Parts: sequence; C-alpha cells; structure tokens
Amino acid sequence: MENLEHIIIESGKAVQPFHYSVGMYGSKFFHELKNNRKFVGVRCPKCKKVYVPPRQVCGECFMEMKDFIEVGPKGIISTFTILRFAFIDPETGLQKPVPYGYGFIKLDGADTLFQHFIDVTEESKVKIGARVEPVFSKEKKGTIKDILYFRIID
Amino acid sequence: MAKRRVAIVGTGQTNHKSHRPDVNGQELIHEAVVRALQDAELSINDIDAILIGNMDHFEGINYVDCWSIDGSGGYHKPIMKLTTGGTTGSTLAIGGYHFVASGMFDKVLVIGWEKNSESDTTGAITTAFDPIWDRLVFAGAISGLAVEAQSYMAKYGATDRDGARVSVRDRKHACNNPYAQLRKEVTLEEVLASPMLADPIHLLDVCPRTDGACAVVIASEDCAETITSTPDWIWATANRHTYSYLGDVNWGELDSIADASKELFKKSGINEPRKQINVIEMYQPYSLAGIIWIEDMGIIPRGKGAEYIWSGATDMGGELPINPSGGVIACNPIGATGLIRCAEAAMQVMGKAEGRQVPDVNFAVSTGFGGCMWTDMILHGKNKPNL
Amino acid sequence: MDAAIIGIGMTTIEKNKIACNYADLAWEAVNKALADASITIDDIDNVITTSSDFWDGRTISCMAVGDACALRHKNCSAVEGDGTFGAAYGLSRTLSGDYKTTLVTAHSKGSESISSIITNAAFDPIYERSLGLDMISASAIQAKQYMNVTGTTSEQLALVSCKNHKNAKDNPYAQLPMDITVNDVLNSEMIAEPLHKLDCSPVSDGCCAIIIANADFVKKVKAKPVWIKGVAFCSDAYFMGDRDLTKTIALENAAKKAYVMAGITNPENEIDIAEIYDAFTYQELMWIEGLGLAEYGNAGKLLEKGIFNRDGKLPVNPSGGLLSGHPVIAAGLYRIAEIVLQIREEAGARQVNAKRGIAHGVNGICGQSHCVWILDKEK
Repeated sequence: MENLEHIIIESGKAVQPFHYSVGMYGSKFFHELKNNRKFVGVRCPKCKKVYVPPRQVCGECFMEMKDFIEVGPKGIISTFTILRFAFIDPETGLQKPVPYGYGFIKLDGADTLFQHFIDVTEESKVKIGARVEPVFSKEKKGTIKDILYFRIID
Repeated sequence: MAKRRVAIVGTGQTNHKSHRPDVNGQELIHEAVVRALQDAELSINDIDAILIGNMDHFEGINYVDCWSIDGSGGYHKPIMKLTTGGTTGSTLAIGGYHFVASGMFDKVLVIGWEKNSESDTTGAITTAFDPIWDRLVFAGAISGLAVEAQSYMAKYGATDRDGARVSVRDRKHACNNPYAQLRKEVTLEEVLASPMLADPIHLLDVCPRTDGACAVVIASEDCAETITSTPDWIWATANRHTYSYLGDVNWGELDSIADASKELFKKSGINEPRKQINVIEMYQPYSLAGIIWIEDMGIIPRGKGAEYIWSGATDMGGELPINPSGGVIACNPIGATGLIRCAEAAMQVMGKAEGRQVPDVNFAVSTGFGGCMWTDMILHGKNKPNL
Repeated sequence: MDAAIIGIGMTTIEKNKIACNYADLAWEAVNKALADASITIDDIDNVITTSSDFWDGRTISCMAVGDACALRHKNCSAVEGDGTFGAAYGLSRTLSGDYKTTLVTAHSKGSESISSIITNAAFDPIYERSLGLDMISASAIQAKQYMNVTGTTSEQLALVSCKNHKNAKDNPYAQLPMDITVNDVLNSEMIAEPLHKLDCSPVSDGCCAIIIANADFVKKVKAKPVWIKGVAFCSDAYFMGDRDLTKTIALENAAKKAYVMAGITNPENEIDIAEIYDAFTYQELMWIEGLGLAEYGNAGKLLEKGIFNRDGKLPVNPSGGLLSGHPVIAAGLYRIAEIVLQIREEAGARQVNAKRGIAHGVNGICGQSHCVWILDKEK
C-alpha cells in the first residue's frame, strides 16, 4: 500500500453555468448605469440611510425601501488595498495582472460603500479620503463591468 | 439560559497538512472522528446524531452530509449539514450545543473538514460574494482583510510591524502543537521582508491553505461526567452574521465580534473579560486582526491593542495567552478551522493541551470568523454553569 | 414537545421568478409568516436560513438573505439541505431554552441553473460522477427496482401524477395545476425508463418561512399554534450500490422515532393527512410505505382505491406535492406549511378533515436521508 502512487482525479473542464436574477432594484441600477451612466441608490424610510447598490430591504431597520435617489458618480476612497499577488478572475478563470487597486468608494450622497477597482498608476495619491471618479467602459453592457475602475481626481 | 447543561467530552483532529493526497475526503474525516471517539472513549454506536460542515465549492461535492457517511459514521443515524463560510466550524459547535441542550439528543458528534488542496481557494472564496455586485471585482479573502487593516491603521496609527508581532507570536506557539501545519518560528524582520500580498498584509501575516478535519463530541450533563472527569462546560454561545454586503461593513471595527462578545459576556456574567478569561483561541486569519479584534471584544481599550500585544501579555506565560495552538496563521482547513478553535479551547479547559497547556484555565473563549465579516463565539468553563 | 409553529409564509411556486433575487423571495415569505403569526420581527430572537451553495451557485449562500431575514442583530445559523432539516435545527434551538422564537426560512431558484449538473455533483467524484448520473437517472434506477420487487405498475405511478396535479388546481401557490389522465402521463416523453416526463417534478423557484415558538410564547400571542409532536431524521448509506434501493430503512427509522415521540402506535389510523416528498411519482408510494402508512408494496393498490385522494381516508399531498412545484431546498418546508394550514382549517378549497399530519423532507440521492415531522392540533 505504502508504495502506491497517489492518484488524483481531475474534475475536467465542466462548469456549472448560472443565470442570476438581479431583481427589480438592481435592474434599475443597471439600467441607469448603462443608459445614463448614473448611479442610483435607495433610501430607508426609517433610518434615512442611502444604500448603494439599491436593494429592497434595510438590514438595520427591516424596512422596505422605495425612495430611489441618484448618488455619485464621484466619491472618496473609504478603504482600499493594492493587490500584489496573482488572483483568479472568476469570469475568465485566468490570473489577473498585478498590481491593481481594490477598494470601497463612498459615493457622494450614499451611506454605504461601493466596491470596485482603483487606478494605481500614481500610487502615492491612492489614500483613504482621496476623491475619485468612475471611468466607464466604451461598451454599454449593463453590468458592474460598465465601470472600468475609479481614478483619483486632484 | 439552557434547560440543561452541555459539555464537550472529547476532541480529535488530523495532523493538518497542505496536501493529503494519501486520503480522500471521507477518509480524512474518518481520521478526526476516530480520534475524537477515542478521546471520549466512546464508540460510534454511542453517538445519537451528527453535524457536519465544510464549504461546498472547495471540494465541489453537493450534499456533503450524505456523501460523508462512510467517514462520518452517519450510517442509519441522524446527520445534518451546517454551512456558514469561515464560521462553519464554530457554527457546527454551536449547533451541537443546541442539539444536546434541546433534549433531542444526548451525545452529538460534530465534524468540520476541508481539503483546500482540491481547488483554487481564492476562486472559491470569491464565489461567496454577491454574483451581481461583489464577485466580479472582489479580490479574494486577503483583500477583504487588507481593507479592514487599512481602515484600522488610518484610524489608530498601527503599522504592519505591529501586525508582524502577532504573527511571530502565533508561529512560535504553533511549534508546541503537533497538529499544526506550519511549525516554524519566524522573526519580525522575516515577516516584514516576506512578499507584500495586499497592502499592508505580507505573506507571513496570513493563514496557509490546509487539508484537515476536526471532530468534537458534545454530551448532556446526564452522561458528560461519566464519560470524562473533566468535561468542558459550554457556558454560553453568541454569534452575529451582521452584514449581507461588503459595502455595508463598518470597516476598521469588527461589529460582529463586538456585539457577540457583549452578549456572550452578559449571558455568563463576565464583567472583566481581561481578568476572568484565561485563554482565547481566536479565528484570526491574519495578524492585524489579533490587535483589532481584542479591542472589539472589549478586552483592551480602543487603540491600545498593539501596546498590549507588544507587552507579551498574549504570549504563552502572559496574562491572557491567545492562540496557544498557533491559531489560524499556522493552519487553516477552512470548514474545520472554527471547530479546531473550539476543540483547542476545550482541551485547555480539560487540561489536555499538553505542550501548549495554559495553567489553571477556568474560562476559555473560542471564536469563528468568516462570511461577510461575521463572528461566532463560545464561552468554555471548567465549572458547571448556572441554569 | 413544548413547541409549536405559530406562523407560516409562502411565495407562490413558479417556473421562473425572474423579477426576484433570493433576498426578494425571502422578504416576501418572512413578512407573510410574521403577519400570519400576528407578531413583529422584534418578537423573533433567532433565525435559521436554509439554502444550498450548489443550487444557488454561490459559496456561503446564506449571505444573500441575511438582511431580508432580519438577522443583523440576532443569533443565527444556516442549514444546507431540505427545509425540514433547517426547521429541525430551528426546533432544537427553541427547545434548548436559549430562545423563545425561531424564524426558519428556505429558498431555492432551480430556474437559475441546470439541475442535472447540480445533482450530478451529489455523486462521488472518484467513482460515479463521470458516469453521468443525475437525480433523474438515479431515481429511474430506483423506480425500476422498486417496481420489479413490489409489482407496482406504471399505471399506478401515473395515477400519483394525476391525483397531485389535480389537487394543485385548488392550491394558489402551486406551479402545475393540471387535469391529466393516466394515458397523458404514459404518453408523455420518456425521460429515463421507467420515468416519463409527467412522473417527474418540475424545476421551480420559491421561498417558504415558518416561525417556531416555545409554549410560553405561544400563550402570549393570538396566533393559532400547531403543535410539534415528533421530529426525527436519519440517513442511509451513501453509495447506491451499498444500499437496497427498494427499501426505505432510513425513513422507517426516522418515522418510528417520530411516532414514539408523538405517542403514535398505529400510524395508518392515527395520521389524518400527509405531505410527502414526491420528487417522482414512485417516491410518493415508496415513502408512504416507509412511513408505515401502507404495507410494503401495497401503496399503489391503495392509491387505486382512492385512499390517498383528497376525499379518501388518508389524503396524501392535497397541495399537489412536489410534482406540482419543486423548489428543491424549500420543498420540505412547504410541506410543513401546508400541514399547518390544514390543521388550522385554513387550506381553502384544498382543505381536508385533519387534526394530525405528517410533513416529510428528503436530502440526497434516491431518498438517502429523510426528515419526518408530526404536527397536531392539540398540544
């Protein structure tokens, strides 16, 4: 037994494709993002917190939210990191080139944070509190990738 | 409080390694189960029910409860699966407590396991997050932790050197633990010189990928004292899975551990955790969390965590040793990790921790961390809790 | 047992609830359950969500419904498997004395994935998976063997489909209400010998929520309690080749234990109604027998006599069952909710005369693991 080679079975290239429902709140966000390059959040009627991305329920108050308001597109970096190790892109299965910035943006008028990539061409300017704006893709797909990344504005 | 007292009466774990190609999943599980049963001097026939958990996409097996039977011992027994991400192991222990406390079962076997070598861990963790909003831009567990560290450092001025001190501690402690995967001391300079993965987290600040399993036997008061003369009494459990979206998180403070600690200590009458608790086994997947989270737990005032760590108070022999096992930085089979914390805390209370034993443990705390900055907690005690 | 179900909430079961994500579904079911119990979310002190990372295509699938289930400031946990198992854990938390009220949810959207690939992943990756087995092909193997041993006929299987789809016509939550004949079933597409398309449950979306409360809390609220008298679950061996697929040992074990808890000695006479996990027609018959509600191999004949019809002696799946809507993880919790409605005499046009009923759920391949609930009007 001890001398046997350890056998590994590969799962192969099989994938489990999914088509995820965005829901009506997210759909509104993506329509606005795609067609008007605008960000939409939603406000809780009780605690008045503005959530982005918009969703039906305020987790804090357990209240249904219906009050959509425009937020951003500019904002500040709330927290961030710079990735320096290879990471698998879940869309492609390939390794993403490093380094790249990743962080949480507080869009103007929003109370929650919106996560996306951050341009780190000028690394010294990437700081908590720095002002940023989105850079949109040429192609309008209506997904989170319609935003390429956020970049620092002086 | 519970209707009847509940205790941990046996624990078992595998010798955790980065790859275990010599066993399949069921066989890995079986190793831990056999050790836990041996520790409690019970047979599988004594077990009334089984709880098992892991994170599905690390191994790609659907209905793990059903699949596990040959390893878990669930043949013709009640078996159920709990899964909450990184907190899975601690969630399982809390589940075992409730199964017994309810009176539905007298002796419950709890199993957490993972063969992280069987897939791309970061890829699988990424699929934990919302497929519409978070997944395509999320960059794996380390980046989530890095943004927490950045927030804390901006607020309280800690440095990666402070974090490195925690890593030095845990890696030193791990040398006393025969089950740990990484048992090699490192210096501050080595941690700081290791490659930067995601600012401010270096390679030696974070946990490895691990194949491993852990099993714990939980019993009611009626039988606990006949099984062992030193049961580990579960005084209280508390958890918070506060957030659904990463963007809602209050970065820089771990709200979930703050809220869960308050509840845990209130339920069990702990007024001065720093003095009353003798040891903590913390699910601390990277070094700076060892500073931030003891502040959130209310053990150390806000902003004073680094100073406390540097004082040596959390080292073996210090005022409040943390992670005598070496913790998660030395070993992280994810679905088992929270349960290993629970098992290690139980061993401390039962006096079975051998080379890593903290003397005279009256109260121990074990924690689980995972999901969207979530926390599970258990208070373990040498004496019986009040009902 | 000192616990009762005091509220239930169901979304309609549909082929594709494309407008809703998981949180939207949970929000609807949870609020319906709270309204049903006439309590507010502040009365709930802990939450169990039930979901599957595989079916949802997401690691830590429970994360999606946290806000919608109001667990932000509450203790919580998450079960993976059928909703009856989630509810069993919820019950243990209520009975432990640590909590007074447990909210249990279960959700699934079969529409978002390819079911056969998801269920293929339930088979062993080393020995079985590459052979292409999925839930339907494995079930067909079981059906064939069961029919061979018991003499149960394709016509009897078809009759289950006719009964349940007809029952669904009076269930506003059901996905597939239909008037069909035995010939319609036998002439429907052959999916995997001996299972025709109309022998199989559909792919479905839905979410169900229930609220379990301890006896002290029940006294304080005006909700109509349905008392939990027995709950048990049990698993068989994993590999199909290790099991006698024509037998239902795990179900028999679970049922026996639940009956003992409930003080039932003669289930055939003491149970008024059963909502059973009929993922396939033959399974309804097998599970009826495993539950001790018919002699082994005799369920098909009793079915022909109308015993299990809505106006029969022991109505089985008056809701239409899974054959009329099968949101995988939620399906068993829907069974519990249906029994609650029946016992409260609030089941509308599908109401039967019932004081005590069984709800049943299944995990794994070919009924490997079963959970049995006995619910009663009286404490």
